[in-house]
Amino acid sequence: MTHVVIENCRDCRFTDCVASCPVSCFHVDELRAYIDPQTCIDCGACIPACPVHAIVEEFDLSDEQRHWLDVNAEAARRYPAIRGKLPALPTAAAKRASLGY
Amino acid sequence: METNVESGPGTPERPLKVAIVGSGPSGFYAAEALFSSGVAVEVDMLERLPTPYGLVRYGVAPDHAKLKSVTGVFATIARDPRFRLFGNVELGHDIDIERLGAIYHAVIVATGATADRQLGIEGEHLAGVHAASDFVGWYNGRPDVADLAFDLSQPTAVVVGQGNVALDVCRILARPVHELGHTDIAEHALRALKASRIQDIHLVGRRGPAQAKFTSRELRELSTLEGWQLRVDPSDLALAAACQEELADPAHIHGAKNVALLQACAAAPERAGHRRIHLHFHAAPVALHGAGRLAEVELEAQALRGPAKAQQAIGTGRRRRIQAGLLLRSVGYRGTALPGLPFDPRLGVIPNEQGRVLDGGKVSRGAYVTGWIKRGPTGIIGTNRTDSIETVSTLLADRTTFELDRPGRTALAAHLDAAGRRVVSFEHWLCIEREEARRGAMLQKTAEKFTTIAAMLAATELAS
Repeated sequence: MTHVVIENCRDCRFTDCVASCPVSCFHVDELRAYIDPQTCIDCGACIPACPVHAIVEEFDLSDEQRHWLDVNAEAARRYPAIRGKLPALPTAAAKRASLGY
Repeated sequence: METNVESGPGTPERPLKVAIVGSGPSGFYAAEALFSSGVAVEVDMLERLPTPYGLVRYGVAPDHAKLKSVTGVFATIARDPRFRLFGNVELGHDIDIERLGAIYHAVIVATGATADRQLGIEGEHLAGVHAASDFVGWYNGRPDVADLAFDLSQPTAVVVGQGNVALDVCRILARPVHELGHTDIAEHALRALKASRIQDIHLVGRRGPAQAKFTSRELRELSTLEGWQLRVDPSDLALAAACQEELADPAHIHGAKNVALLQACAAAPERAGHRRIHLHFHAAPVALHGAGRLAEVELEAQALRGPAKAQQAIGTGRRRRIQAGLLLRSVGYRGTALPGLPFDPRLGVIPNEQGRVLDGGKVSRGAYVTGWIKRGPTGIIGTNRTDSIETVSTLLADRTTFELDRPGRTALAAHLDAAGRRVVSFEHWLCIEREEARRGAMLQKTAEKFTTIAAMLAATELAS
């Protein structure tokens, strides 16, 4: 089991999750964040930290969301891990509003 | 007094010297934040016990090995050359806060909140009534409670509380011992659990399913224990309008999932041959009865009153009794006052502003807090990382107000040496850890912890 970052993160990348992660399992590219399932300890601290509810426990993924497991695992191998919060993307406010949060 | 108005200590010539009191998650994340700040620092961590990691070692349940693996992160922080552990050193006993404050530029208190809240009802002194935190410490081999005895020969146990600790103790009471036998659970607890005769566990709390604080993950785990069935009265799951409103809030991430899971449990037929965990919502213990030993728990039905998110549980006067010989209360932890530091007895925390200690509203220079003693006993391991980042950022902003020259590490070592204190270093701890793993391997367990300080200290002399 792991936790995964789903579509909501794209164009936001608030990264509040990163500060709350006890094991620094987040990786980022230019648009969004990903969780390394090898490092995540399933503590769930990141879930309430995300302002756009982009983090879901594997168990709670719907069938349509399950492909995010592979996306996160693969991207975590490709992109660097980060240890601290980054500024949100310039598009974050608009994306957040479009999600209704 | 000499201060550097330019920037304060924190250069390679004059490193910022910080003492952190307590080696749980908030202490280690404070060290991590200092190391990644770009400021030249020396960090010394004081720990009362010879063993680090606080509630990760003595709180997290032994069957949650993945959570416990966060100690690997702490060990990496501890191996930083700027770090030193002073284990087996207690604030207020081996050194007082005034002396510590004179040795270091800043002191971060990260001692947590480990005292338990009592129910405050008649009969709480009866044998068979315990703090869940003592039970947790007992199965985790914490030295000060390793000798306690919990009578598991009772057919019925009551657990009071609606948080993850309450669910943890239910799960450890219920989990088949063959699933615990390979963990680092204390051998004395494993033996007692093997002989357990508990058939029914009643989990009791005053609020409703929409307000329960446990996570859906913990509830799900409890609902899938081999040989046990979760029982809920469907009428207990009826949701008033205010509760529906609370569940609709997307920030309330566990509520709706908990209710859905509980509804499924309520609808399931009773399974023959299974033992039972009964979840009682809207019920508060009001008296404990027995002649010297607990025999009955008296509950009063509660009704929720007030607007959404501010509902209060009010007693309805309807009472009933459950026969039970063991009660574990888990209605919250609270911090303990430390000599020489201000304390808010109502909240059980050290008063502070973003981690800066306030004494009677005034800034207490050089003193900081983080973790549960700062914000109260809420949140999980990762919450402490955010919290410690805040405290360290406050501390660094105050750097210009610190005196330039503080002796730091050498003066602490000299003070403890003069006092004849036996200090446990991180390398010593690694000896203890290795020895515990070796003891565990002989029992097919991940570790068999030492449960006395003397045995821990003896292990530091092996192999190093």
